[in-house]
Amino acid sequence: MSVRLTSLALVRGLIGYFVGFAAGMLLVMAARLMLGMEAWEQEAVYVGGIVLAILSFLLASGAMTDWLKWTRGIATPMRHGPPPGQPSWARYFGIDYNHKVIGIQYGVTALLLLMVGGTLALIFRVELAEPSLSFMSLDSYNVVFSLHGWVALASILLGVGAMANYLVPLMIGAEDMAFPRLNAFAYWINVPAALTLMLAIFVGGWDSGWTAYPPLSLRGAVGYQFMFWAIFGIGLSSILGSLNLIATILLMRPKGMALFRMPIFCWAVLATSLIQLTATQFIGIDFLMMSFERSLGMPFFNPIMVEGVNMGGQPLLHQHLFWFYSHPAVYVFVLPGLGIISELLPVFARKPLFGYRWIALSSLAIALVGFLVWGHHMFTSGYGEYLRVAFMISTLLVAVPTGVKFFSWLGTLWGGRLTFPTPMLFTLGAISVFLIGGLSGPVLATVTTDLYLHDTYFVVGHFHATIFGGFVFPFFAAIYYWYPKITGRMYNETLGKWHFWIMTPAFWVMSIGQMSVGVLGMRRHIADYDPALQIATGQLWVTIAGFFIAFSVLLMIYNLFSSAEIGALAGNNPWRSRSPEWQIPSPAPEHSYASPIRVVGEPYDYGLAGSQYIAMAGAGDD
Amino acid sequence: MAVATKSLHGAVAAHDDHAGHEDYATRLRLNRLGMWLFFISEAFLFGALLATRFYLWGDTRPELDQMVGLIVTSVLLLSSASMYVADTAAEHGQWRVFSVAAWTTMILGLVFFLGVVIFEWGLFPQIYEGHLTPWGDKYGAVVFAMTGMHALHVLSGIVLIFIMWRLARKKHFTPEKHWGIEAAAIYWHYVDLVWIFFYPALYLIGTAHH
Ligand code: HEM
Ligand SMILES: [Cu+2]
Repeated sequence: MSVRLTSLALVRGLIGYFVGFAAGMLLVMAARLMLGMEAWEQEAVYVGGIVLAILSFLLASGAMTDWLKWTRGIATPMRHGPPPGQPSWARYFGIDYNHKVIGIQYGVTALLLLMVGGTLALIFRVELAEPSLSFMSLDSYNVVFSLHGWVALASILLGVGAMANYLVPLMIGAEDMAFPRLNAFAYWINVPAALTLMLAIFVGGWDSGWTAYPPLSLRGAVGYQFMFWAIFGIGLSSILGSLNLIATILLMRPKGMALFRMPIFCWAVLATSLIQLTATQFIGIDFLMMSFERSLGMPFFNPIMVEGVNMGGQPLLHQHLFWFYSHPAVYVFVLPGLGIISELLPVFARKPLFGYRWIALSSLAIALVGFLVWGHHMFTSGYGEYLRVAFMISTLLVAVPTGVKFFSWLGTLWGGRLTFPTPMLFTLGAISVFLIGGLSGPVLATVTTDLYLHDTYFVVGHFHATIFGGFVFPFFAAIYYWYPKITGRMYNETLGKWHFWIMTPAFWVMSIGQMSVGVLGMRRHIADYDPALQIATGQLWVTIAGFFIAFSVLLMIYNLFSSAEIGALAGNNPWRSRSPEWQIPSPAPEHSYASPIRVVGEPYDYGLAGSQYIAMAGAGDD
Repeated sequence: MAVATKSLHGAVAAHDDHAGHEDYATRLRLNRLGMWLFFISEAFLFGALLATRFYLWGDTRPELDQMVGLIVTSVLLLSSASMYVADTAAEHGQWRVFSVAAWTTMILGLVFFLGVVIFEWGLFPQIYEGHLTPWGDKYGAVVFAMTGMHALHVLSGIVLIFIMWRLARKKHFTPEKHWGIEAAAIYWHYVDLVWIFFYPALYLIGTAHH
């Protein structure tokens, strides 16, 4: 079947984006002329372009069409299935309201961004493989690692969205999310936002890393504006998506599914969503203020000394606003992944999940305590001396609920009848990697050691290990695990195992390598280092390990594509899971559940004779 | 046919029959929760602005025209009352009352908005000479940030009420089903509530800086 290109929302949106970009720039220039100013002033003109571009994308793609009709009183029935007269793949490029389609859209976009982010990392890792500058300049290095950071984080946020959107309604037996149109909108705003993020590189990019500390971020290239507004868009997606997930989890569970009988992943999503719903506003307004300071000169962050009194802003204000979001955000990155670990272990150990309630509550506890620790990123910032100890203690407290999870995982594995297909391998790999990352946390949370380690590669090692252990490994586990539910076919197990056995040792090497060059004096965010530090060998190892990881991910991508065609038929429930989504056909049908489900037992009573989690209501029930 | 069932812990779950017409009560409950979640989120937005104000100004504040502040604040509070009347009228199907009250709210909202733009911002020096600029110092920057973000919400509230008024005129709502009006009303009250925090932070707390 042939498809008219402009019938695809993506294509229409992209056309709208560039037309809107030009129109927005012209509009601002015209306004400036009318106000008697010179037409060209890059900050204001580009901001006009960016804002109108993102808006036009959303309008042209059709992501807002139903709402606009509502304002005129026109009813818009839910659409189901692929658009009429089009092949089924076309719906993935369109505005679709089915949460399973949206979940896949999130997932594929996340993998694309992951590959872009990873490629950028390989580029600057080559530069770091030996001392002295080889092919990059100090400036281009800064721009590339900065782009790497936000592209990778965007990829994580979308990956989290992928798992939550695809799984939560399925796991609670709901027809769809609470607000399907909002769900589609929340996905689609990521597309123009991610595009804006990457376009930044054509106007000089931004060179501060993802944290964008002023005054540097107020002075650098206009690429900063692209980054601020792109993150604002992605943040909006976080807020709207999490609102939707919370409403879905709170009100759309089936009969009998008390909160403490939900699949544990839903608890993780609930905790994550609470963070995203609230904290994201802080980075949103922070980046807006930064943008306005650059384009209008509103002094929020730059001091202006007048006769010894500061009549301007304060650079530290940014650090507070930024970390009030960005520390809780690191739990957004990892809580869903930790939920996946807790979800998969009982299946492959054929044993009940150890301490279900503790795990559920530990997610909430991590989310809540996470709001009180942002200052541990600012030990060296020069803020009030007394704050240091307070933030050190609150930070060390987070170790408690995190420890609860580890012990529960061990308790679940203990005495289990373990099998080791690829998803289980990645789950165990995740635990091992997260352990490395987690143990390096308290070292940084202790003021005395952090004064030495702050802004070194040790921090880089710390957060890559936590994020890979808490997100990337579990995300891969989830992809392999639910692949049969999505496609109806099994991935190639041999290739999956190759992926795991290349990636995991390589990651250990990379982590230990990063941490040790950091301890030996390698600063982060610097393209060059002194050979006298004697870290060249370590740096080389890190770079080589990075290439191994990248190669192994390509194996997965190949596996996912090829198995969709030739993989063995998987059947409905290849893992013998008790979770609701495995009791329906694979691939999951358009309407997941033919009839409402009812919860009649505990979710994780694997191996207990006669236990049952859900019952599919037959005709006449209820 | 749609079935709503009460689950053990009291929350209500719904299963529609895939045709897309779930029952109105379930949809309403979801909509209301969604709205409140949105408010919680927005509270952090306005909270961040308040935090910025206290971080940069401490116990000082700019010299603002107290009379203007008092008047716009009263106007906004009054508009909450008229919006309440509009909402109640919709509940009782008194569409004429609704229409008058909705317009009263919109006009009061507009007066508030113009008050901010003309007097606080001094955007029209022919009418009123303001002394703050957004780029002047931290006082101007924060005043414009807080009132600007709030004014944006007032403006969107007016648009929302206008949309609902037009829909009501087209007989879109009934006393039983008028979620749109309810949403506009609670949104309006929420925006007012935010101002109740912003007003003292801008006009009252701290010593005026000369
Ligand atoms: C749960 C998984 C965790 C994730 C995803 C995570 C993530 C991160 C990230 C991304 C950074 C770097 C921020 C930057 O760019 O400057 C960071 C730094 C830091 N992390 Fe973690 N972290 C985790 C766990 C922990 C734990 C358990 C602790 C302490 C108990 C901790 C303490 C710190 C400290 C003190 C820093 C600041 C280091 C410095 O800049 O000097 N983290 N973490
Ligand atoms: Cu942190």
